[in-house]
Amino acid sequence: MNLTLKIWRQKDKATPGQFETIEAKDISPDMSFLEMLDVVSEEAQKKGFEPTAFDHDCREGICGMCSLVINGVPHGPEAATTTCQLHMRKFKDGDNIVIEPWRAAAFPVLRDLVVDRSAFDHIQQKGGFVSINTGGTPDGNAIPIAKQEADLAMDAASCIGCGACVAACKNASAMLFVAAKVSQYAHLPQGQAERSRRVLAMVEQHDAEGFGSCTNFGECEAVCPKEISVRVIAEMNRDYLRATLVGTNS
Amino acid sequence: MSISLDSKTPKGPLAQQWDKHKFDLKLVNPANKRKFKVIVVGTGLAGGSAAATLAELGYDVHAFCFQDSPRRAHSIAAQGGINAAKNYQNDGDSVYRLFYDTIKGGDYRARESNVYRLAQVSTSIIDQCVAQGVPFAREYGGNLSNRSFGGAQVSRTFYARGQTGQQLLLGAYSALSRQIGLGAVKMHYRSEMLDLVMVNGHARGVVTRDLVSGKIETWAADAVVLATGGYGNVFFLSTNAQGSNVTATWRAHKRGALFANPCYTQIHPTCIPVSGDHQSKLTLMSESLRNDGRVWVPKDKADVGKDPRQIPEEKRDYYLERIYPAFGNLVPRDIASRAAKRMCDEGHGVGPGGLGVYLDFADAIKRIGRAAVADRYGNLFEMYQRITDESPYEVPMRIYPAVHYSMGGLWVDYNLMSNLPGLHVIGEANFSDHGANRLGASALMQGLADGYFILPYTIGNYLATSGQKKLTGEEPEFKAAAEDVRKRVSALLSIKGKRSPTSFHKELGKLVWDKCGMARNARGLQEALDRIPSLREEFWGNLNVLGDGDSYNVALEKAGRVADFMEFAELLCRDALEREESCGGHFREEYQSESGEAERNDEKFTYVAAWNYTGDVSKPELIKEPLIFEEVHPSTRSYK
Repeated sequence: MNLTLKIWRQKDKATPGQFETIEAKDISPDMSFLEMLDVVSEEAQKKGFEPTAFDHDCREGICGMCSLVINGVPHGPEAATTTCQLHMRKFKDGDNIVIEPWRAAAFPVLRDLVVDRSAFDHIQQKGGFVSINTGGTPDGNAIPIAKQEADLAMDAASCIGCGACVAACKNASAMLFVAAKVSQYAHLPQGQAERSRRVLAMVEQHDAEGFGSCTNFGECEAVCPKEISVRVIAEMNRDYLRATLVGTNS
Repeated sequence: MSISLDSKTPKGPLAQQWDKHKFDLKLVNPANKRKFKVIVVGTGLAGGSAAATLAELGYDVHAFCFQDSPRRAHSIAAQGGINAAKNYQNDGDSVYRLFYDTIKGGDYRARESNVYRLAQVSTSIIDQCVAQGVPFAREYGGNLSNRSFGGAQVSRTFYARGQTGQQLLLGAYSALSRQIGLGAVKMHYRSEMLDLVMVNGHARGVVTRDLVSGKIETWAADAVVLATGGYGNVFFLSTNAQGSNVTATWRAHKRGALFANPCYTQIHPTCIPVSGDHQSKLTLMSESLRNDGRVWVPKDKADVGKDPRQIPEEKRDYYLERIYPAFGNLVPRDIASRAAKRMCDEGHGVGPGGLGVYLDFADAIKRIGRAAVADRYGNLFEMYQRITDESPYEVPMRIYPAVHYSMGGLWVDYNLMSNLPGLHVIGEANFSDHGANRLGASALMQGLADGYFILPYTIGNYLATSGQKKLTGEEPEFKAAAEDVRKRVSALLSIKGKRSPTSFHKELGKLVWDKCGMARNARGLQEALDRIPSLREEFWGNLNVLGDGDSYNVALEKAGRVADFMEFAELLCRDALEREESCGGHFREEYQSESGEAERNDEKFTYVAAWNYTGDVSKPELIKEPLIFEEVHPSTRSYK
C-alpha cells in the first residue's frame, strides 16, 4: 500500500518544529508501524535526508520506550497496543497518517518524535519503592498474600511508563502513571509501612514536574496499552485523602 | 607476552567455597566506602541491582544507560520466569539439583564453583524481590506459585504472569530510584559508553557520549562495572532490543579484556517466524508455553500447506515427545531449536518458506479450558495475534528458532572481575555461568545474583586492596581516550559514502546467521572469515551517516554500534571455527551422532576459550582456562 505521512520534525528542544510530508510507498501490511518508519527512513537517507528520530527499543510492547501520537491517538488506532506492536494491516492504501510526539509541558521534545520523560523517573525517585536494602529479608512465603490481592497488584504493576496517559489527557495529567505505582504497593503487605508517605510524596512531585490535575475524563485508560484501569486513580485518591487527614504515621 | 588466567576459585568442598571466600575477602570500612567511586554501565537486572546495592552499602555510584530511563533495559522483555532452588513444591529440588541441572544444561562448559554459588544465592533473590513488592504469581492459599521450565524435572520457576522480567527489573529500578532520590547514585540517562580508560594497568574510568547533545565526556572512578548485556544483535535479527549492542564490552576487549566463548550463542526455539525483508526484530514467545503447548509438524510433506486443523492426529508428528520421551516438549532450548531446524530441513516445515513448526494448544484448551489457558498465557497469545493476525486459541501457533541470548562474554574470575584489574563484568555481559547453553529462567537469576549478592561483596575486596591513587579524569590517559572517541565519531561522519548503517548491519547479520547460526561447519566459517574483513573495509569506505556529531543523531549511534559488530563478528566466527566439537548452542555439523545429536570432545575442548586482542582484529591470541570437574562427571547429555 501507499501512504502519505505527515511527520513532526524538530531539530532540538530550543528550535520550533514543523510537519513534513513524506510519501511511503510499497508498505506491506505485515510491517509493524515502526518497521514502516524504518523503511521510510532508509529511503529518505538515500536521498540525503536525515532519518526521523523516534524512541523505540524492545519492539515487543514491554519496554515502554515507543511513543507516537498517530492520527491524534497515542499509540494509534488499535486498543491495548503499543506503537511497536501496531501493524500496518490496520491501515489502508491511500491513508493519510499524522505522526506527532507526546505533547505535554512536562515532556519537552528533544528531537523530532523523541521526548524527555525523565519527569516520570523523578516521581518514582520520590516514593515509588519499598525502603529496604539488599539482604536480610524474610522468606518469600513468610507472608501469605491472597491471590486476588497479588493479581490486583500485578494489574497495576504492568504499567510500562510510556506516558500515553499524559499524551491523551487534556490536562496532561500523569495520574494514571502515579496511581498505578501507588496501587501496586497498596495491595501488598510490603507496601503498607510507607503507604501514606508514598502517596503524598509522589503526588507532590507529580505536580512539581508540571503535570496537570486529573478531572476524571478517563482518556488515559482508553489509550493505555496495558489497559490499566482508572480504578487505580480512585484508590490513590482515597489513600491521598486518608494521608492528608491522618498524616504519615500510619 | 601471554596472559595466564587465574579463576581464583576457592579451595575446599564446593558447598563451603562461597562462605569461606566471603570471609577471606577484604572489607572496606563503612566510613571509607563513600570515598570510593564506582561506575556502573548498564541498568538492567544486573547493573540496576548492583548500582542500587553498592549505593546502599555507601559507595559513590555513577550509573549510565543509553535508554531514556533505567527501566527500559532489555531485561524487561524476559517473559517466563526466574529459577530458584526453594523446593516450595516439595518435588525434590535442592541447591545441588539446580547446580547439577545448570552444569548439565550448559553441556559441561561452565565453571563448577560459579554455578554452585549461583544456585546457592538463588533463594535469596526470591526473598529480596518479594520484599521489594514484586507481585509474583500466588496460589489461593497465598503462597508463591511455580511453573516448570525446559531442562528441569522440578517446578522451580517463579513468575509474574508473562512479564517476569518486567516485574523484576521494576523491582531493581525501584531500589535504584530510591538511591538516586537519596543522592547516592548519580544517574546518567541517554548516555552511551564508547571507551574504557586504563591507568597504571587498572580500569579507572569510561568515555561516554551524551546521545542528546553529542557531548563526549570522561568519568574517573575507583572501579568500573560493565552490565551491558549480550551481543545477539550481531545477527541483525534477534529477540534483543534494537539498541542492544556489543560496543561497551568490545571497547573493553580492545583495551585488553579477554573475550570468552563468543561462539556460545543461544537460539531460542519458540519465536514468531520471519514475515518479510522489512523485519527489524524477532519476537519471542515464552518457553513457558511448552508447558502446555505441543510441538508438531505434518508427518506427510504433502500436508505442510494444509490448514493444520484439518490434519488428523495420526498424520501429525509430535517429534519432541517422540524423540525425547522423558522431557518431551520441555527439552532444553538448544535441543528443541535443532530438532525444529531438522524437521524444516527435511521438508516438514510450515508457513512462509517452510520455516516454522506448530505449537498447539488445542489439547490444553480441552484439558483445562480456555479460561485457564488465557490466565497462564493470555498476554502472549494477544501479542502473537497482533503480529500474525491469527488467534492461537483457534489455530496452532507457528514458531521458529531465533537468536536470543549470548552465553559468551567478557572473561571473569570467581570475583566477577575481568583480567583487567578493576574491570568487573556482570549479567549477560560476562561468560560465567551458563556454559554452552543457558536453561530457561536462568538469565534473570544470574543477573540478579551478580548484582544483588555477589559483586557487592567481591568489589569491596578489589577496592580495599588495589592501592591505586585517586584520579580526576584530567589525566593524559583520559584525554587520549576521549580524543580517540572524537576521532572515531568524526571518521564515521566524514566517509560520506552511499550505504546506510542499517544496510551494512543487515548484510553482516545475514552472513553471520547463514555461516555461524544454528548450525556451523568449517567451510562456511572460513567463508565468513574471508568475507567479514572485506565487508568491514566497504563499511569504512562507503558508509553514509547524515547529520552531525553535536546533536541527537540516530544514524550516528547506529553506525558506531555496527562498526563494532563488524569487528566482533570475526571473533565470533573464529571461535566457532576453532572449537571442533558440538556443545550446547554451538553445533558443528561435522561433530554429530547418527541421530543428529551434538557430540562434545571433552578430551580436547574442556576449556574456556578466552581471546586476547593483539592489535590486529584478525589475529587474536587464544588463551585457555581448563575446566575441571570435581563434582559432576561430564557425560553425554541425554533428555531421552
